[in-house]
Amino acid sequence: MKILVLLKQTPDTESKIQISADGSKIETAALKYIINPYDEFAIEEALKIKEKAGSGEVVIASFAGDSAKELIVKGLAMGGDRGLLVSADGLDGLDSLSVAKILAAAVKAENPDLVLVGKQAIDDDNMHVGVMLAELLKWPHVNVVTKLTLNGKTAVAEREVEGGQVEVYELELPAVIGAQKALNTPRYASLPGIMKAKKKPLDTKKPSDYGVDAAALKAAPKAVVRGFTPPPEKPAGKVFKGEDVAVMVDKVVKLLREEAKVI
Amino acid sequence: MKVLVFVEQRGGKSKSSALEALSVGARLAGSTADLAAVVVGKGVEGIAGSLKGYGADTVYVVDQAAFDLYNPVAYAAAVEAAIKAHGAKVVVGLAAPMTRDLFPRLAARFDGGILTDVTAVELAGSNLQGVKPMYAGKVLAKVETQNAPVQFVSVRPNTFKAENKGTGNAALSKLDVAAPADSRIKTLEVRKGASERPDLTEAPLIVSGGRAMGSSDNFKILNELADVIHATVGASRAAVDSGYASHDMQVGQTGKTVNPNVYIACGISGSIQHMAGMRTSKVIVAVNTDPEAPIFKVANYGIVADLFQAVPVFTQKFKALLEK
Repeated sequence: MKILVLLKQTPDTESKIQISADGSKIETAALKYIINPYDEFAIEEALKIKEKAGSGEVVIASFAGDSAKELIVKGLAMGGDRGLLVSADGLDGLDSLSVAKILAAAVKAENPDLVLVGKQAIDDDNMHVGVMLAELLKWPHVNVVTKLTLNGKTAVAEREVEGGQVEVYELELPAVIGAQKALNTPRYASLPGIMKAKKKPLDTKKPSDYGVDAAALKAAPKAVVRGFTPPPEKPAGKVFKGEDVAVMVDKVVKLLREEAKVI
Repeated sequence: MKVLVFVEQRGGKSKSSALEALSVGARLAGSTADLAAVVVGKGVEGIAGSLKGYGADTVYVVDQAAFDLYNPVAYAAAVEAAIKAHGAKVVVGLAAPMTRDLFPRLAARFDGGILTDVTAVELAGSNLQGVKPMYAGKVLAKVETQNAPVQFVSVRPNTFKAENKGTGNAALSKLDVAAPADSRIKTLEVRKGASERPDLTEAPLIVSGGRAMGSSDNFKILNELADVIHATVGASRAAVDSGYASHDMQVGQTGKTVNPNVYIACGISGSIQHMAGMRTSKVIVAVNTDPEAPIFKVANYGIVADLFQAVPVFTQKFKALLEK
């Protein structure tokens, strides 16, 4: 079985996000990038599937700038077999459908049995690309998956929805699966893994290698970000301390009733 | 502008926030004739009547056994049919699990634009302009669709007002849609969740516990408080990772984004990742023994105290207040 894992580089969750002076963009120079946390669950799941089958190939791929190479290598250090970076200058900020189109072309060329992605990226929180990719390929998808069982050319996937409900699907491969946190616990890269990763193949391709005119996609986006503003400042709250607990609670309950009018 | 609103339902009942999406749709459409809704499922015709007065003249209903349970491929076919029947240029839904799964598939199908989880949206000519929190809510982004024959937008639950203005007949229009015959995905079942409380993402009131809860048994005191004020119980990642609460209760970056009227954080210090999930709560109450805990910076009201002392008092006081 050949599994393609798609990862996105996202700013470390602890990063301070700085908006440029003119409000047009996020200052990226000082940002530290990590593998999108949900994508780590996707990598782990791919490795587990391969280990259980006793054979197969796990390809760690990304559509990103050159800086993502480091993160692909991290995926290889966890146990991936081969890396693939689809890259081109000047394609920052491409909308999700354009990204999905480029990835769909790469997936077609790779022809895997399964594509694993994180359920969403923690930067834009859109939850678009994996699902769009499935539609462009005319493949089934299940997103927000907390349990995946493969059975030859079919799979059973459990998906988390609201109120603790779980939807259970049976689907035929190839398919796109979006990983949710509860799916597994991602492993750390071992030291031998890190040493080996540097020797594993990491190909770099351009969208044009897959017959995609990325410049045309960039010129006619379906969605654009027009600018950023900080969230509105909240006035300082009323914090009580040093009094009897019952007195403090009473004050807060009164404020909820009379000032905030929410209870 | 021809607008279609996807009204999410489960088990024959529309989601409580569905009317919020419909009201957003009514504002964008401008006239009742331009606004339509679509309901997909089995035994869902009755929902059409409940939409009367919210601004839509037409409610397309796809009511067939094949659509009993949500399935992304089947539901995409149903909503696609409604988009075409209405000639919709704008499709509105809730930023809830079903719509967030469905709309990207449809956006790709129509080569369209999509804005997700917006907290504000309006028309700018024929484009949609929205505001959405990004980077864990640390910034708000102005987003806009462009060059899109059909554009999709999902709105954050509990953000927009549902307004019955008494306009729109919500006349039922049945659509006969064949579920795709070659679909390679089947929904086997939907397992009920353990909780009967409203889902966190839609709950108007939430009581959450952090690592300081110390055990899963101790969540009992949060449940008691939640029962009194009809709240849903959440947890921080630290509490979930320690095994005190189940993963589906997690609020924050790798859990759920919530937007309640009141969020009561008990023994939660307020990591950036947790704030990502709850910072748009309208009123935040924090109980923590550490006066320096970051949660107090975002709290409207805070108490520096042990949650095990404070929470039972909250339960008592609310009970007394609500019984009055």
